[in-house]
Amino acid sequence: MKFDTPAGVNPIDQLKVVGRATSRIEGKYKTTGTAPYAYEHQEIVPAPAYGFVVGSAIAKGRIAHMDIVDAKAAPGVIAVLTTLDYPTPLPLGWLNFAHLFGGAQIAHYHQAIALVIAETFEQARAAAAVMRTEYVRAPGKFDLAREAASAPLAPNTDKTRPPVETVGNFESAFAAAPVTIDQTYTTPDESHAMMEPHASIAAWDGDKLTVWGSLQNLFLGKLSLATALSIPPDKVHIHSPYIGGGFGGKLFIRADVVLAALGAKAIGRPVKVALPRPFVINNTTHRPATIQRVRLGATPDGKLTAISHSSICGNQPGGSSETAVDQTKLLYAAPNRETYMKLAVLDLPEGNAMRAPGEAAGMMALEIAMDELAEALGMDPVALRILNDTQVDPQNPERAFSERHLVECLRVGSERFGWSKRNPRPGQVREGRWLIGMGMAAGFRNSFLVKAGARVRLDKNGRLTVETNMTDVGTGSYTILAQTAAEMMGVGLDDVTVILGDSDLPVVGCGSGGQLGANSSTSGLYAACVKLREAVAGRLGFDPAEATFADGKVSVGNRSVPLAQAVATEPLVAEDSIEGGVLDKTYQQSTFASHFAEVAVDIYTGETRMRRMLAVCDAGRIINPKAARSQIIGAMTMGVGAALMEELAVDKRFGFFVNHDLASYEVPVQGDIPEQEVIFLDHPDDKSSPMKAKGVGELGLCGVGAAVANAVYNATGVRVRDYPITLDKYLEKLPQVA
Amino acid sequence: MKAFTYERAKSPSDAAAIIARTPDAKFLAGGTNLLDLMKLQIEAPSHLVDLQDLALDRIERTREGGLKIGALVSNTALASNARVRRDYGVLARAIAAGASGQLRNKATIAGNLLQRTRCPYFYDTNQACNKIRPGSGCAAIGGYSRQLGVIGVSAACIATYPGDMAVALRLLDARIETVNPEGQYRTIPIADFHRLWGDTPHIETNLQRGELITAVILPRPLGGQHFYHKVRDRASYAFALVSVAAVIRKDGSGRVAFGGVAPKPWRVEAAEDLMPQGAHAVAARTFADARPTHDNQFKLALAERILAGVMAEAKAE
Repeated sequence: MKFDTPAGVNPIDQLKVVGRATSRIEGKYKTTGTAPYAYEHQEIVPAPAYGFVVGSAIAKGRIAHMDIVDAKAAPGVIAVLTTLDYPTPLPLGWLNFAHLFGGAQIAHYHQAIALVIAETFEQARAAAAVMRTEYVRAPGKFDLAREAASAPLAPNTDKTRPPVETVGNFESAFAAAPVTIDQTYTTPDESHAMMEPHASIAAWDGDKLTVWGSLQNLFLGKLSLATALSIPPDKVHIHSPYIGGGFGGKLFIRADVVLAALGAKAIGRPVKVALPRPFVINNTTHRPATIQRVRLGATPDGKLTAISHSSICGNQPGGSSETAVDQTKLLYAAPNRETYMKLAVLDLPEGNAMRAPGEAAGMMALEIAMDELAEALGMDPVALRILNDTQVDPQNPERAFSERHLVECLRVGSERFGWSKRNPRPGQVREGRWLIGMGMAAGFRNSFLVKAGARVRLDKNGRLTVETNMTDVGTGSYTILAQTAAEMMGVGLDDVTVILGDSDLPVVGCGSGGQLGANSSTSGLYAACVKLREAVAGRLGFDPAEATFADGKVSVGNRSVPLAQAVATEPLVAEDSIEGGVLDKTYQQSTFASHFAEVAVDIYTGETRMRRMLAVCDAGRIINPKAARSQIIGAMTMGVGAALMEELAVDKRFGFFVNHDLASYEVPVQGDIPEQEVIFLDHPDDKSSPMKAKGVGELGLCGVGAAVANAVYNATGVRVRDYPITLDKYLEKLPQVA
Repeated sequence: MKAFTYERAKSPSDAAAIIARTPDAKFLAGGTNLLDLMKLQIEAPSHLVDLQDLALDRIERTREGGLKIGALVSNTALASNARVRRDYGVLARAIAAGASGQLRNKATIAGNLLQRTRCPYFYDTNQACNKIRPGSGCAAIGGYSRQLGVIGVSAACIATYPGDMAVALRLLDARIETVNPEGQYRTIPIADFHRLWGDTPHIETNLQRGELITAVILPRPLGGQHFYHKVRDRASYAFALVSVAAVIRKDGSGRVAFGGVAPKPWRVEAAEDLMPQGAHAVAARTFADARPTHDNQFKLALAERILAGVMAEAKAE
């Protein structure tokens, strides 16, 4: 099904199942421990061997010698595969920048150099510890701040546009602006820190490889794995039915799946590999650090006349940028604009996608700058944002937003949060030993439709089975697909079975990534259900355009027939996909939010405690308000982490992330998270898809960090521009207490 | 994890004797620290002597009016003991500020005293560490040291003792009762229990080979107001940046000890005489010999400010 004109009224608009707060249908399996994760398919693979990955002890250089004699002789060891056994590095999969295995060169710390395979996990781990590797170290580049000055321009996210994107004349407008802000902000390297580490079981049957993995995108996972192993994609079959979190860290194949496959091939037996937590941090990917400069020029009444946003980050050679300037092209009106990125080569582990790549870090800078500008203008930060709203793409004014209700987000949020009670003078509100502050920020993240397919079967008993290669990373994919099928076919949620996470099923191109999965996968299923409705109507002798599907019956006028009658003798199967690509060019499609936060800062110790949080979201039709709310509050929690504590600490001498476990890479705990309120505005977007929905999973993060940062400033009067805002960065500037 | 053998000791002196005669043997109590370190190959004992059958899990009154706490009393049991909560509030609060509920259920008072550092370089076996391989150097010096020690550290090691409970025990002048392989008992003042690193950071306490902790003895209650204020980067389940244990009497006199700053709970009795002069005077004296790094010098200001907050609360009540 092509989607190239705005959606009219369609069966989803009935909202009998879609749009209702619905508990996750797979939740009972997860809460009872019966949902098998990647490492746990013992019912299918009863006797795998265990692989333990050995990582490089240096960050840059080459391997001179590997002594595996003791490891091979250790108890239970079946085989030891070393990177030197594969003189040419394995080909890179989709968006892999550093080689996953093969060759003597070391590109980053904990890069995989061997797999020890044994009868038990403990034996493999013990044997790995007696391997001896000699290295020749080479000097590496590990300090972004040092490399920043010489970093070259990076390509624009939109490759058809120049690296430095301009509108009007920023420099002259900025120079002429009566009120200006020119500040530099930094965001640190961050870890996805998902609960389930990367893990895989691999089994070969002749030249066919079956993998049980933890991968967010099975279409690209399958192609990538085939590329890495130099086998045809149709020989690769991946199962990933349940995923214990990914946040982008599992969009790409990593060493676990490649080495499980190589190991299983080598020993002629299934092999399972899980990455230990330090490997999640130094072997896999992370959100790369940024150094961002934001310059804003405004008239005394608050109209922005000039906006410039630049960002520098570093990555492995050939790596991509954290696209931190992209939202600045679209968020606020101003006649003179400039955005660009620079990208240094670093020899740290590979930077790559993490939840809301680009915007998450970019909004952390831009939205502090807007707070600073509001203060310089003596203007309310909410009012400043409302004044500078735009309903069109500021770089291309004939292009409107499909739907944009940022101003409503700001107004509703301001009202609900009690923003008018905020004292605009910082450091003035005190309760006992606590300094109290409020902060806010806008939220922004793009949304578009990606080609997505689905198959839906109506069985003789009237049950529907939905099949796609979509994944559920804990987001609610199972549930929203069941809701979509139930709505389309007029049955109950309990009449639908959803099968996901199998790479042989119809392709959802985006998988779980870029907050594209919900809208795209349900739209693909919508297309398949339209076909199924036609087939059902045909069998029952109805005009499909007239037939209504409700309460398990198909009706036209007074004639009503049970749905199951259409399949009394033979089931029906329909398959289709949705394909957009026109309306997201005609219209800019984005999601919007306002984020509000109240914090308390201990005047003695500088400890920050969140007191209240609110997000107001404009993200089209919300398919499942309960699952969507879970996405938003989880993202708000991640935003608190980014604002207050999360940082991969770089050892700039040896080139690795030092705090590579969950004891030292701190993410928020229950005690850090206060009451969180989420409000969804109800503005279905008929240009986004037949579902009229958009993504929410990343929107909930974009802007949170700055809202918290601005609240800390409002509480203390100390402006911290280097995230995370830990107490050591402002303690000495708090009032004297001793 | 290296393969190891395992047995359950029948008596304290039996346990001590096994350790004394078995190379690379270790006591196993709650295992919350040791087992993690074994999985990471940081500890690699060949033999474990499990203490769980020893009847060392009682809390008894002493003739002096204090408490004798069996070595295997869990952190949870100790922190929830009515007498501890009433008379040794600083201890109950320090314990509750540490780890998580699950860990406190397993962790014992003796094991907690022996908890090893959380220096991140100690936790990465690729890095030079004089604790793990004496003489190999210290990767933490010149590296990422935000969490590490500011005082009592050495050119060989800048790690801290990371725990909370021992800071309160130090404040209370607890004594550690031990038995050796010959069955002889002695008590060690907690001030002398942990060592400063010096040139031998791999030797962390003054226990002799095979010497087993059997109890911790608390003197008579101190009275006064009890405080334990732990500051960290998140609200719970994290090691201290700096913690302060304090007992403050109505006249402003009292005791104070600091955690998260040194190889041992850091208490300078001479500084306590300055408590009536305020937190600045106490902190200045306590940390007079501090050698912070660029990353962790904020701990000195933080220690003073936490103490100032505690003193203000004492005054307000």
